[in-house]
Amino acid sequence: MMQSKSTEITVGMFVAAGIAALFVLAMKVSNLAEFNDESGYQVTAEFENIGGLKVRSPVTMAGVRVGRVADINLSPDTYNAVVTLNLYGNFDVIPTDTAASIYTAGLLGEQYIGLEAGAEEEFLQNGDVIDLTQPALVLEQVIGQFLFSKAEGDDE
Amino acid sequence: MIETIRSLGRWGLGTFERLGRGHLFLFRILAGIPEIVLRLSLLVHQLFSVGVLSVFLILISGLFVGMVLGLQGYNTLVDFGAEESLGVLVSLSLVRELGPVVSALLFAGRAGSALTAEIGLMKSTEQLSGMEMMAVDPIRRVIAPRFLAGLISMPLLAALFSAVGIFGGFLVGHGLLGVDDGAFWSQMQVKTDWYDDVLNGVIKSIVFGFVVTWIALFEGYDATPTSEGVGRATTRTVVHSAFAILGLDFVLTALMFGEE
Repeated sequence: MMQSKSTEITVGMFVAAGIAALFVLAMKVSNLAEFNDESGYQVTAEFENIGGLKVRSPVTMAGVRVGRVADINLSPDTYNAVVTLNLYGNFDVIPTDTAASIYTAGLLGEQYIGLEAGAEEEFLQNGDVIDLTQPALVLEQVIGQFLFSKAEGDDE
Repeated sequence: MIETIRSLGRWGLGTFERLGRGHLFLFRILAGIPEIVLRLSLLVHQLFSVGVLSVFLILISGLFVGMVLGLQGYNTLVDFGAEESLGVLVSLSLVRELGPVVSALLFAGRAGSALTAEIGLMKSTEQLSGMEMMAVDPIRRVIAPRFLAGLISMPLLAALFSAVGIFGGFLVGHGLLGVDDGAFWSQMQVKTDWYDDVLNGVIKSIVFGFVVTWIALFEGYDATPTSEGVGRATTRTVVHSAFAILGLDFVLTALMFGEE
């Protein structure tokens, strides 16, 4: 009887430790904690070029992460990229004339969306559209333009 | 010439017969699982010998695998000035691949071989036929609780392996190599997804637990009832489990992460 009791206790500890490990993986390692925030809202923004932006890329404001990219689509009318942003519910006072730009973290890092607050008194609601956007900087285009202007400059 | 073809045919038939026996065996186990609810103490004992006794091995191996990942990953990442991504590298490789696969391989060696030897010895000492004579179905009494215990233990062990491994990576990355701990954890959280990464890893470990326990129990149940036969069956368990784990891992990875 004693034997079986201690067996049961160790088995209980094993199962609890396994579940605790899963819990650590969920809360500490992965981003599950964010999904519990159900008060989030979605806005869309249209970009000429999104470069290497991906679904789940971060959306930041003054460097603080305020949301994630939820969806990326191509607009059939304008042939621009339509990006759906999932913004967290606790950042609900973002002005409607906020500008969205695509930046790169570091020289070779991943791309993210940076928001710059406007001055409007009204705030973004679920389903709103951000009008002021700035496309991603594509390195090849920049170098190409630089070389082109350099060549033109030599002609003069 | 004819003899060669005949032996090839015999080998083929034998293989398929064994495969068929294995599947019938699996169906009988699955049919016996609902009854375990009535005898939970059997399951608890098997959870102890299959799961708890493997914990120490899994924890130590996980810690060292994580520490090695931290060291090797750092050496590569530091060339690109991206050593803050060390947390991402360690967590993704552990949660997606190494956690389920390495712990399943260790599980096959530690628990699978023991299961085969135990069942094989029960068969060769005619304990199983003794049970049948007493109208006790050995599959329901002996095999099914062990199968369920393997199925439950494996995901828990894999989760322990990954969690301890990430901690090991953190120890080396932050303590030894001086990676900023805030960047280590925050980048990890940004890049590791609960559904895509962690849950897929858990699904992998459940599949591996299923396959390894099935192979181990069948090899024991189907072993030639001699000491040599039991020895061979134990070897086959480890070898076939390793093949099955690595092969299935490729298939599962292609299904889960192939489209990215």
